[in-house]
Amino acid sequence: MKVAVLFSGGKDSCFAAFLAKKYGHDIECLISIISKNKESYMFHTPSILNVKKQAEIMGLPLILQQTEGRKELELNDLEKAIKTAITKYKIQGIVTGAIESVYQASRVQKICDKLKLECFNPLWQKDSIELLNDLIKNKFKVIITGVFAYPLDKTWLEREINERFIEDVKKLREKYKVHPAGEGGEFETFVLDCPLFKNSLKIKDRKIYGTKNSWAMDLEI
Amino acid sequence: MKESLIINICREKLHYLEFVKPIEDILKSKNIKFKTLNYKEIKETPDYEKIIICGTSLKDKEYLNANFSWIRDTNKSVLGICAGMQIIGIEFKGKLKTKKEIGFFKETFKEEFLGLKGENEVYHLHNNYVELSNDFKIFSKNTLTQAVKHKTKEIYGVLFHPEVRNKELILNFVKIP
Repeated sequence: MKVAVLFSGGKDSCFAAFLAKKYGHDIECLISIISKNKESYMFHTPSILNVKKQAEIMGLPLILQQTEGRKELELNDLEKAIKTAITKYKIQGIVTGAIESVYQASRVQKICDKLKLECFNPLWQKDSIELLNDLIKNKFKVIITGVFAYPLDKTWLEREINERFIEDVKKLREKYKVHPAGEGGEFETFVLDCPLFKNSLKIKDRKIYGTKNSWAMDLEI
Repeated sequence: MKESLIINICREKLHYLEFVKPIEDILKSKNIKFKTLNYKEIKETPDYEKIIICGTSLKDKEYLNANFSWIRDTNKSVLGICAGMQIIGIEFKGKLKTKKEIGFFKETFKEEFLGLKGENEVYHLHNNYVELSNDFKIFSKNTLTQAVKHKTKEIYGVLFHPEVRNKELILNFVKIP
């Protein structure tokens, strides 16, 4: 089936794309929503312009859609982007990286239902440690590009998701209830390499900003 | 405990990860043995004490044309989830109807149903439901009938997806003595 992936450049949407391809679907394009509102209800969009680089290296067209990021209204923008994917690339299905968020998943379901598209959420309800291990097993190179909860701090930025990382987040989960996959928005990730990429992306420069337990980095790729 | 059976009815293979694997994971978390089969592999009444029929995507209607007549004859425990409940309802002469519900809803269980009692938040994802015959006792009904049990058989149905917010319901079903 021809599908479009709702793509943020982070580990979840990238791994969902990987699974869609593995199960025989043809990824026709990626859809990214750029929210002007950093507190968007639907979209996590750090380093969104680097998504362009990821799309390039996957050889896939990218539909970029701006949104003001106001509750519910941003769904109109998502619908608009999906309609573009239908007309331009004849997609029959949407793939998302939703794991836990019923808020996000049910809204995408409603849009797909309205537009008569299949909706795929291949990470739905997936155990977070299992997901991190799957990323390593499948040779995903993923780094942390933002941390937003105590006791995470600046030292976590640019850390790669590897076995040591998994051990550390397991400890944090026990002690502070930090979600190991960052689903509560505790951290944001960026994929530098995965089996869908023709080459690995290299970081040329980075700008770090933040305070206390809220840090993010802009990457120059 | 004997091995349980999980039945996958999804037309799209990728939907296994969304509608079947979460239920496998719940059983795995309690070291409960199970086998998963595609409904097309089932030719006669499956010989498992506990049988779970999973749901599928909104757009998938293939299950409506499938043969599940063994449900009428089985003396085993069966739990149908969403499309699985519709399959059960149809086998017992219910009528397929259309009504869309997507997202979290509060449903009230007037009597205990596999561990759920009173008001509970449940996740809905369906375009259809089945108006059931008198063979079933209703445990929860606000707008639509949400939870039922056959009056004389160990056959249960839920229209919502317990694997999202009511995982214990699935464990309680598997643990019925």
